[in-house]
Amino acid sequence: MEAVPVAGDRRGILSAVPAALNGGDPLLHPPPAPDSPPLPSSPGALDPDAIFSLFDPSENGGDDGDDGGDAPVSPRGSDAPSRSARSSASEYSRITVSDPQKEQETTSSLVPGSGFYVTYLITTRFVSGSGGGLAEIRVRRRFKDVVALADRLSEAYRGYFVPQRPDKSVVEGQVMHKHEFVEQRRSAIEKYLNRLAAHPVIGTSDELRVFLRMPVNSPSPSTEVASRTSDGVEALSKQVSGETRGRNVAVATQGVVQPAKGRRDFMRMFRELKQSVTNDWGGVKPLVVEEDKEFLEKKGELQDLEQQLTTASKQAEALVKAKQDIGDTMGELGLTFVKLAKFEMENAAYHSQRSRAAEIKHFATAALRTSRFYRESNAQTVKHLDTLHEYLGLMLAVHSAFSDRSTALLTVQTLTSDLSSLHAREEKLEASSLRFGGDKSKIHRIEELKETIRNTEDAKICAIKDYECIKENNKNELERLDRERHEDFLVMLKGFVSNQVIYAEKIANVWANVAEETKGYTSQSK
Amino acid sequence: MISPETSPPRSSSQSPRSPSAAPFLSISVTDPVKLGNGVQAYISYRVITRTNLPEFQGPEKIVIRRYSDFVWLHDRLAEKYKGIFIPPLPEKSAVEKFRFSAEFIEMRRQALDIFINRIASHPELKQSEDLRTFLQEDEETMERARSQETGIFKKPADLIQIFKDVQTKVSDVVLGKEKPVEETDPDYEKLKHYIFGLEDHLAETQKQAFRLVKRHKELGQSLSDFGKAIKLLGACEGNSLGKVFSELGAKSELLSIKLQKEAHNLLMNFEEPLKDYVRAVQSIKVTFADRANAFRQHCELAETTKLKEINLDKLNLMRSDKVREAEMEYRELKAESEQATRRFETIVRLMNEEIVRFQEQKTADMGLAFHQFAKGQAKLANDIADAWRSVLPKIEACTVSSQHG
Repeated sequence: MEAVPVAGDRRGILSAVPAALNGGDPLLHPPPAPDSPPLPSSPGALDPDAIFSLFDPSENGGDDGDDGGDAPVSPRGSDAPSRSARSSASEYSRITVSDPQKEQETTSSLVPGSGFYVTYLITTRFVSGSGGGLAEIRVRRRFKDVVALADRLSEAYRGYFVPQRPDKSVVEGQVMHKHEFVEQRRSAIEKYLNRLAAHPVIGTSDELRVFLRMPVNSPSPSTEVASRTSDGVEALSKQVSGETRGRNVAVATQGVVQPAKGRRDFMRMFRELKQSVTNDWGGVKPLVVEEDKEFLEKKGELQDLEQQLTTASKQAEALVKAKQDIGDTMGELGLTFVKLAKFEMENAAYHSQRSRAAEIKHFATAALRTSRFYRESNAQTVKHLDTLHEYLGLMLAVHSAFSDRSTALLTVQTLTSDLSSLHAREEKLEASSLRFGGDKSKIHRIEELKETIRNTEDAKICAIKDYECIKENNKNELERLDRERHEDFLVMLKGFVSNQVIYAEKIANVWANVAEETKGYTSQSK
Repeated sequence: MISPETSPPRSSSQSPRSPSAAPFLSISVTDPVKLGNGVQAYISYRVITRTNLPEFQGPEKIVIRRYSDFVWLHDRLAEKYKGIFIPPLPEKSAVEKFRFSAEFIEMRRQALDIFINRIASHPELKQSEDLRTFLQEDEETMERARSQETGIFKKPADLIQIFKDVQTKVSDVVLGKEKPVEETDPDYEKLKHYIFGLEDHLAETQKQAFRLVKRHKELGQSLSDFGKAIKLLGACEGNSLGKVFSELGAKSELLSIKLQKEAHNLLMNFEEPLKDYVRAVQSIKVTFADRANAFRQHCELAETTKLKEINLDKLNLMRSDKVREAEMEYRELKAESEQATRRFETIVRLMNEEIVRFQEQKTADMGLAFHQFAKGQAKLANDIADAWRSVLPKIEACTVSSQHG
């Protein structure tokens, strides 16, 4: 993964929106609020932009260089979670979402105040060698498009742990400052797309490819598309039509998943809907009988994992906040002592006062340095522990995949029971026609029934295939989850611990110096 | 315990008991014990005096004292030694339930110990009879002495003074002299400005110091919770990864304890000294008030004497028979005026000495406080680094094995 140079990125996303482009639009332009109390530039204090040069434990402060694929690198100045540099089949190396723009709704809207929507610039960088010769592609999308993509994916990839899309969350007028909202959404979309790209199956899917690469058919002049895309589109459509399908792991299953849906009739759909509503995570109603013991065991384990992840995620957040607080207070303490030193110096009438003022200043400087270290350390801790939040979020995808499974099983079981009742009816009809003689209408009805039974039997075969396929997807995804989780947790732990060690050493050093400078005072009293 | 090494060494003729040893007076306030029941419960301390000074009853004396005894001593000294910055006392506790917490008791004990030793090392105050009473008399005598001084019923002399002050204020207002008479010494003005400003700055630092103590406690709690959660999460993982999680959780909990310890260290050795500094500054402000009073009295008496002198001269010229009486009054008044002037000048002289002592003392106190802070923080940070460092090889081992497995 490449390291992104980040001077000034410490304030995060605010700097991503170039003010010039949106003409100071309050929706898109950050409000002019100071985001941190101004610190005095005390001599000897650390340069705040040297933050990220201190990350790698093997280096001794220094550079932003690329650490290669084996060291646990967290992408800097970005929102991507800290993951191990896993070799992915995906052709995308990085997706960035930026430059929110307001655009006019083409259809007139009845709701006053709307009529505008926001589009985001989506820049996809390709792994070298893929992408049809392009280094990167840019398209403009709105949130509606993201929702549509998510819906398509959840339909097409049942049984997979499909990353959950960002919330729609309808924002009421003044509840959230508009800029914050747009910014949050931009960040959420970015995280979502990168998660999709990181998924071994979905990352190579057509749906994602189309989303990331197809130009929007919009007359809007703000649409930005890479100039070479017109050739790229041709190449893309060639790709979509066939040859790269081989990269999909479960390509065979994709075809199978469709037909069963088409065969369902409305009544059955309603019944199943009602049934799956009552099937929740913990309580599966007797109608859907999951017999796979291994699966049930795994499901129990995951329930446990989810519970522990929830707690750990919460405590991680609390820990980060506590560290932030202590860093802030250390900084405030330093500032008050700076003021005191200045005051003493200005009013110094005695030598003892002057030397005291100097001691106070040294102390204050140390406190301010320590405060900066706390902040830097914490910025990285946030990223490391983010893995916990990521996996907690993944549990939703797991829920969804498991519910795909129980829905499919429900279909099979429903069809089975339908068949048996159809057969029972058939027997009854045939028995009665034997006894009372066959008339034209009765014979006709038996023929119809036989037709229905044949159709239902076909549907059942498809449903079973569907279910088996989803089961297979579940199994593979579970294995992948275990494997990747193991790797990611190790990366998280290593990153977290290394970070703590580095900064603890730095802080120890600062105070050891002060202790040394002030050791003369110990002989004088008590 | 502060032994008087900072004051100039006395000649050995002043300590006949042990002519070769340097004179010393060291006191410790120890063993807080809760006595009494319910609302009347209080803490008593053992006060142990070790000395070779002849004024004392022996090389070692142990008495039992409570907080109000210390208050008595402080107030007596404040009355008798105007111009001297009386060492400050720790505050009375405002919150009832906090009064008997271990932390509070320890903080108070330490502060009282510092208080009494500062008195014992002050060249003037250490000679006070009240100090000797405090250090040597039995509890009954102490209680009697204490109940005479404290409470609503003050000494008659005090009451007269209060009335006088009120009278002066009223007459000033009546005569249109609303502004009390004040010194115009520019250096003194600077000093007053400095002391008032200093109090504000110090109060701020103390506030932040207290907050920092709290933050340490909060971080400790947070680490403990995090450690527990991580351990439970590790139980879901099993095998080597689970062990790593478990190790991490254990270290978290260990560090939580260290943080609580450091919080206590900060409270006792950094925040308390800052609070003490604030108290000392407030004590100086009391001396300012004393000086202002003394100055006013000196001015008023000088003026009144002047008037009396003029009157006397007038009577002399008139060869009145009231001359005798007037002369006597004049002489009395003049004596009083001279006394008031001397009192004022003493205060000025003492203050000038005291300020130097104060600045030196505070530089030493702050230096020590910074040292304690730095030592504690350095140790904490090193402990943190060590604890986390010990987990790294386990993580490495797990990573390697998973790569091969």
